Amino acid sequence: MNDSQGILWEVFIQSKPGQPHKHAGSVHAHDNEMALQNARDLYCRRSEGTNLWVVPASAIVASSPEDIGSFFEPSNDKVYRHPTFYSVPEGITHM
Amino acid sequence: MNSLKLDENQLIENFEAKLAKNEMIEPKDWMPAQYRKHLIRQISQHAHSEIIGMQPEGNWITRAPSMRRKMVLLAKVQDEAGHGLYLYSAAESMGISREEMLDQLHTGAAKYSSIFNYPTLTWADMGAIGWLVDGAAIMNQVMLQRTSYGPYARAMVRICKEESFHQRQGYEIMNVLASGSAEQKEMAQDALNRWWWPSLMMFGPRDEESPNSEQAIKWKIKRETNDQLRQRFVNQTVSQVEKIGLVVPDKAIKWNEAKNGYDFGEINWDEFWTVVKGNGPCNKARIAAKIKSHEEGAWVREAANAHAEKNNKTKAA
Repeated sequence: MNDSQGILWEVFIQSKPGQPHKHAGSVHAHDNEMALQNARDLYCRRSEGTNLWVVPASAIVASSPEDIGSFFEPSNDKVYRHPTFYSVPEGITHM
Repeated sequence: MNSLKLDENQLIENFEAKLAKNEMIEPKDWMPAQYRKHLIRQISQHAHSEIIGMQPEGNWITRAPSMRRKMVLLAKVQDEAGHGLYLYSAAESMGISREEMLDQLHTGAAKYSSIFNYPTLTWADMGAIGWLVDGAAIMNQVMLQRTSYGPYARAMVRICKEESFHQRQGYEIMNVLASGSAEQKEMAQDALNRWWWPSLMMFGPRDEESPNSEQAIKWKIKRETNDQLRQRFVNQTVSQVEKIGLVVPDKAIKWNEAKNGYDFGEINWDEFWTVVKGNGPCNKARIAAKIKSHEEGAWVREAANAHAEKNNKTKAA
């Protein structure tokens, strides 16, 4: 058998309850359970987390940086989505 | 999605513009083949250094002088393993596999930091390594937190945070020995004598002898040169040596007001190149131990693989 290190998993850590999960790095593992345990051992040696996600790296679909212009462009011309587009009378606060 | 096919010159221009703005290069960004090659070599060798670096310290775990020291040393060696794994992951994001990197280490195609080819003869060496070797590594790694490749920079931030206890525990060991009995103080001085020069060698050849440096600076992989980092290390370390009553093993050490730093003696570059080329005191033993542990662990990987396959079949059925 070929000497395999297992597949690559991307690791996301939630640092506190309520916080979003943030990408920390990756680990190699052969199955779900081992991926979680390896991620804990590697990225949480100093109580960095309250929750962990591990995702097979091959399952992540990413946009490509070359398309940054055309892909995100549709939001550029909709300035009316930002509050600063609207003027309010002088002296109005908390709005 | 219509992705424009840009020509090579345009791609290089975009890449350099990004560097000029101090933006990070991410795995899916276009990058020159030489940039990729340079970083794969640097990151994988950095990873190998962390992994091989477990051996000289691992040598003393069973003989640590107290339970406290044993726990600390275990935690430190475990950190080194973790640092190696962060770095392998960062290198993998550039398209090289873990298996390939391990193979390069085992066959000698890839190098690792020469400092780990020196033996750890006494307990004081655990002090000298944490203080000087980790100290020199931190100097380099603090700079690399701002390296231009995103995954490498982020691994460095994590590593630097974790390193902070490594250097202090080493200095503490040295301080305790240096303020102990005459024999203990002598042991501390002996360790300092043996580790001082190899620590200065960790920064690599002098700038004018370092062919990769100029390109690395241009690509913002490195932000400072070997000699700049080495000088800063000497400047910071001399007073730490004096503070605990030890002596820097270099007669040429002298404060130089004009450059606001210490002058120091010439490194033995013949020794440096001898160790780099594989003929240091422990090169062969380190690689042999690494290969042995890899081979002895093969059954674990095979079993894990078989277990995963069996589970997948059960689920599919």
